[in-house]
Amino acid sequence: MSYFSDIYQGIKTLLTGMSVTGKYFVNSRKGAITQQYPDNRDTLKMFERFRGEVIMPHTEDNEHRCTGCQKCEIACPNGTIEIIWDRGIDEETGKKKKKIDQFVYHLSMCTMCGLCIDVCPTDAIKWGQNFENSVYDRSALTRVLNKPGSKLMAGVED
Amino acid sequence: METEVVHTNFKSEEYFINMGPQHPATHGVLRLLLTIDGEIIKKVEPDLGYIHRSIEKMCERDSYQQIVHLTDRMDYLSANINNEAVCLAVENALQLEIPDRVQVIRTIIGELTRIASHCLWWGVMGMDVGALTTYFYGFRDREMINDIMEETCGARLTMNYNVPGGLMHDIHPNFVKRVKDFVAHFKTKLPEYDRLLTENIIFKKRMIGVGILSKEDAISFGASGPVGRASGYSCDVRIHHPYSAIDKVTFNEALRTEGDTYARYLVRIQEMWESLSIIEQLIDVIPEGEHRVVTNAVIKLPKGEYYQKVETARGELGVYIISTGTKNPYRLKFRSPGFSNLSLLNHIAVGGKIGDLVATMATLDLVIPDIDR
Amino acid sequence: MIQLRITEHIHNWLSGMMSEGAVSIVEMVLIAIVYLTVFAIAGLFLVLLERRVAAWFQLRIGPNRVGFQGLLQTMADAIKLLTKELTGTEKADKFLYNLAPYFVIISALMALAVIPFTKEFHAFDINIGIFFLIAISSIGVIGILLGGWSSNNKFAMIGAMRSGVQTISYELSVGLSLLTMVVITGTLQLSEIIEFQKNGWLIVQGHIPAIIAFMVFMISGTAETNRAPFDMVEAESELGAGFHTEYSGMKFAYFFLAEFINMFIISAIAATIFFGGWLSPFGITESIPELGVFWFLAKTMVLVFLMMWFRWTFPRLRVDQLLTLEWKYLLPINLVNIVLMAVLVWLNLTIRL
Repeated sequence: MSYFSDIYQGIKTLLTGMSVTGKYFVNSRKGAITQQYPDNRDTLKMFERFRGEVIMPHTEDNEHRCTGCQKCEIACPNGTIEIIWDRGIDEETGKKKKKIDQFVYHLSMCTMCGLCIDVCPTDAIKWGQNFENSVYDRSALTRVLNKPGSKLMAGVED
Repeated sequence: METEVVHTNFKSEEYFINMGPQHPATHGVLRLLLTIDGEIIKKVEPDLGYIHRSIEKMCERDSYQQIVHLTDRMDYLSANINNEAVCLAVENALQLEIPDRVQVIRTIIGELTRIASHCLWWGVMGMDVGALTTYFYGFRDREMINDIMEETCGARLTMNYNVPGGLMHDIHPNFVKRVKDFVAHFKTKLPEYDRLLTENIIFKKRMIGVGILSKEDAISFGASGPVGRASGYSCDVRIHHPYSAIDKVTFNEALRTEGDTYARYLVRIQEMWESLSIIEQLIDVIPEGEHRVVTNAVIKLPKGEYYQKVETARGELGVYIISTGTKNPYRLKFRSPGFSNLSLLNHIAVGGKIGDLVATMATLDLVIPDIDR
Repeated sequence: MIQLRITEHIHNWLSGMMSEGAVSIVEMVLIAIVYLTVFAIAGLFLVLLERRVAAWFQLRIGPNRVGFQGLLQTMADAIKLLTKELTGTEKADKFLYNLAPYFVIISALMALAVIPFTKEFHAFDINIGIFFLIAISSIGVIGILLGGWSSNNKFAMIGAMRSGVQTISYELSVGLSLLTMVVITGTLQLSEIIEFQKNGWLIVQGHIPAIIAFMVFMISGTAETNRAPFDMVEAESELGAGFHTEYSGMKFAYFFLAEFINMFIISAIAATIFFGGWLSPFGITESIPELGVFWFLAKTMVLVFLMMWFRWTFPRLRVDQLLTLEWKYLLPINLVNIVLMAVLVWLNLTIRL
């Protein structure tokens, strides 16, 4: 007798399975979760905390907030950040002060862990949301984050 | 006088197949050397090391905050739980008092990660056995969890959200609402998974009675997680050695006694239900408070040895730190669950057919970077 | 009745130009070209349909970029396959290796020739139609076995052996379920079977045994063509790719197309024998028999969709479970069914509309 109950059970469970996929087929027009990527760039919005790449925001007067304290360079696990700095005379107090020449960021080595942004005392670097970073030439992945001719914003101390 | 060389471990009617490092059924780069007679498997020998990245050696050079981002990449499907393990080890060694808010959020995110890992496991399980649409259904549900993680932590797979001392930044205001929506949505999907795959007669015939693991073997091989629980070995770290906010919730341990692949499958499905109930108990009562305890910029653990166990989606992950008082650990060792689970493959696959081997490996739920580190 | 009389016009035009013998040879060549075109277009269309239907089951959109709604996608794939290098193993048996794909193509084409698309569009209307179909589908097995053996590759040979066993076992079920319907009609000729169904489709006339025969036919037909859930032999997550591991480029395209055409043929046979072929339901468009092509294709496409639904829902059966299903379940059910149908016809219990 288990022969027949086997057949009956088999057919019943197979039809139940087919009904699940059938339901998705019928609702396929509004159920499709594909995003047609290169065509929807205008409406694509990433979440605000998304980790795309590290950027240094500048104001309209070309000023940034990086004092060259090198805390991010120490916090980075694999040497992605290199800060080239020198000591110059500060105009107000007349003492020697560190200022940065170039903030070199190797995008090819960055693991997007966020420790540099976490530890920066002046909020100089932030997460950018651009994720389309492919290039044809590897040297384009070594970026200098501070724009040429920019200087430290007044009043920022670390 | 000539001596005849007698090959004892390879008979003449057997042949030798290499299920190579690149293969759709071994989840990751795993090389299996199979000795087969017709359709019956005689011996399985795994060959590891294709994705060894010397994570443990790198941990000897990095500071404790930097070690956390390396653990993301070991068992990448339960990345948050791995981070939690290292953070808990460091916090217990420093005897830091972690606020309740941090503990509750860590538990919620850990359970969400467990559901995401099991969703992917279910999708890939169906795909290995031949039902190719289950892959997409599992991933669709996982996408909702990935969106939650991306909004709060910033990344979908390698989150790096836990730091020693708490969380890197506070949860997003939309977090609670999104998690509640997800729980409501997923509760309608799990019965659908059952209708599509669990009750299916073809699926049952392929899984029942295949790859049986007895309780004594599970204990002696060190199987943990769902693999051990399907054989009757109660090994849930969350029940025996609770951590974070687990002791504030009540849930059942998913135990079965048969030990075959169908039992391992059912244990994981039940674990998903239990995780949903844990999240429901905690999501409405997140206490207010700090999200981070400030530690020194340079963390130095006092001299000694420290061990912390957590329950990842695969099993028991252990973090063992030997510190000599400096800012890097002297030695850090991970007890990975996949390594012990893989060692029983030879024991349970011998005597079965090749199709059974694929089904068994799918239920062991191995992630090879976890084994090779 | 509106009759277009295309074949008569062409015949008269050709006889005006050359002698009798040459006319028949030219007509045969023309018919062969038409059928090859049908074969190619059906193959290309079915591949695209499979991909889009699979996508709709899986909550995504299929190929829709190349051409309008993706209609040129398979053309692009075919051009890519044409430009691929034809690799071959060194110690492979060259003659058999090159011969194997042609066996499956030829058996698929010959089966296509016997199927009635509509009243006039029927290439080869012999009086042993069904018998011829069952015999021709057995020739396809040779192609599979030759392909596996001559590749000189042990995975390919294992795959070919398994596939051969599977095909030979399920041919029995296919043949017996078709014989069940012959018991009602009393004739093997396909056009007569369709004439017989003017009193109602055969699945309605022979109610219970016909439904059981249809279910058995669909299951065995799916297994004949090595489609899921019976595709253990060419499953991607098993070892290698089965018997066509060593084929690349155009030869691989032959095996691949032949699988889809076989699926079309099984559905076409089921539509002809169980569901009335090119007849319209309740005789709606009886006056325009040329619309029969449309009805026939609609019925065949519904059955093709059913086979695709099977593929994307169920897990695979293991090889020994396949054979258990056939020999212990399908074959006894088939034999009992034939007796049941014979009793039904003898007692005149068939439904006539």
